[in-house]
Amino acid sequence: MTGDALLMEGVHKSFGKLEVLRGIDLSLDEHDVVCLIGASGSGKSTLLRCVNLLEQIEAGRIVIGGEDVTRRGVDVNRVRREIGIVFQAFNLFPHMSVLDNVTLAPRKARARPRAEATAEADRLLLRFGLADKRDEYPDRLSGGQQQRVAIVRALAMQPRLLLLDEVTSALDPELVAEVLDVIRELAGGGMTMLIATHEMGFARDVASRVCFLHEGRILEQGSPEEIFGSPREERTRQFLQRIVAAGRL
Amino acid sequence: MTTIVVVVTRSPGWEAFKAYFFNWDYYRESFPEILDAFWVNVKLFCLAEVIILPAALLLAVLRSLPGPVFFPIRALAIVYADLFRGMPTILVIFMLGFGMPALGLSWIPDSQFFWAVVSLTLVYTAYVSEVYRAGIESVHSSQTAAARSLGLSHGQALRFVVLPQAVRRVIPPLLNDFIGLQKDTALVGTLGVVEAFRQAQIDQAATFNGTYYLVAATLFVAITIPLARFTDWLVARDRRRQQAGRLA
Repeated sequence: MTGDALLMEGVHKSFGKLEVLRGIDLSLDEHDVVCLIGASGSGKSTLLRCVNLLEQIEAGRIVIGGEDVTRRGVDVNRVRREIGIVFQAFNLFPHMSVLDNVTLAPRKARARPRAEATAEADRLLLRFGLADKRDEYPDRLSGGQQQRVAIVRALAMQPRLLLLDEVTSALDPELVAEVLDVIRELAGGGMTMLIATHEMGFARDVASRVCFLHEGRILEQGSPEEIFGSPREERTRQFLQRIVAAGRL
Repeated sequence: MTTIVVVVTRSPGWEAFKAYFFNWDYYRESFPEILDAFWVNVKLFCLAEVIILPAALLLAVLRSLPGPVFFPIRALAIVYADLFRGMPTILVIFMLGFGMPALGLSWIPDSQFFWAVVSLTLVYTAYVSEVYRAGIESVHSSQTAAARSLGLSHGQALRFVVLPQAVRRVIPPLLNDFIGLQKDTALVGTLGVVEAFRQAQIDQAATFNGTYYLVAATLFVAITIPLARFTDWLVARDRRRQQAGRLA
């Protein structure tokens, strides 16, 4: 664990008086797939938004690919181009076709010619079974399809790190699998990913490491076998028991 | 409705009223002349609207700039909007239309038509920028977050993601303000610019008959009613689309 992909050291973040992150230390190597688990409000989403610089941290630092991205004067747009994030609620652009959703950022933020961006988008849409949806508007797609488009939109920027924020939480149960399959394929392809999730079965399958977040701290981390098989912390055990009781593991 | 008609037509002054406002000979006779003058109104509101739409959008965007760096710009934009939304339009028209030419500066235009366009533009830009602003604020912040997360700058996110959605949503209220502008061009007559209302006043002064006002009213209504129906149609279409989107 050298943290060559992502390194977080003592990261603090508050919203007003509410301290959401209370000293996060986390490191990811290239090709790592790290799952963040924990109750709602434990800080998973905030952690991801901080990595993407959508939230400003108050203390600590975040280093991505060797560069401290939380120092003053960093070009946030340049940093964000290298980090993809997929949101729980998809956040597709409703006034644009699927193709335009995918090619907007490569064309405008990377200044790539339209033909080139379109070719790349078509390749990705084909790979994820969305080729026939390229001219549809997001409203016309199912939740699972929308979320796959959102993943493709992030991938079109060729990020070195992909952040997934509870990407299946807003989906109907029967649509969850198609999205998780996409993420499995990305993991198989070596994509470095930091994933906040409530899908424990999926985390056990796909994660190289699982981190349990509790009240803004990483209370425990280890291999999926360690965390799900023999958690050391009482809090982790309690959380997993609740999940089992809810039938999610 | 029937009651009102009966009360009005049975009123003691009805015959005199009818003779004053509904003289069909005067109506026919004056129509071409007042129509001619009405073109001045059309020119006024078309010219003003062409400036108002982009200027108001710019003002709304300036007010949405984030961070303390842009505080002075935001503050200026707010002062401007407060001032010109607060002042009665006719006062602005009077002050600029009579005031500016009176300065006697050779490089300042002394055409009252020019100052009328300026006044209407200043007042309506303040109104319309509020409409745009409401539209911008109605686009959920998650859209901006999604755009920024992809590496688009604030300006790019605004231009490609927020504004297209915002403007689409506010087209009906924009048209509504456009109708307001059309009617307010009649205020310009107070400067002596011969538009439809002023022409009607001139004609009335010659014959002491009020039918000319009816002619002017007809012309305004003839142009605003189609626009109002068009606005209704747009609103209905948007509603249908949104419902279709939700059902899909």
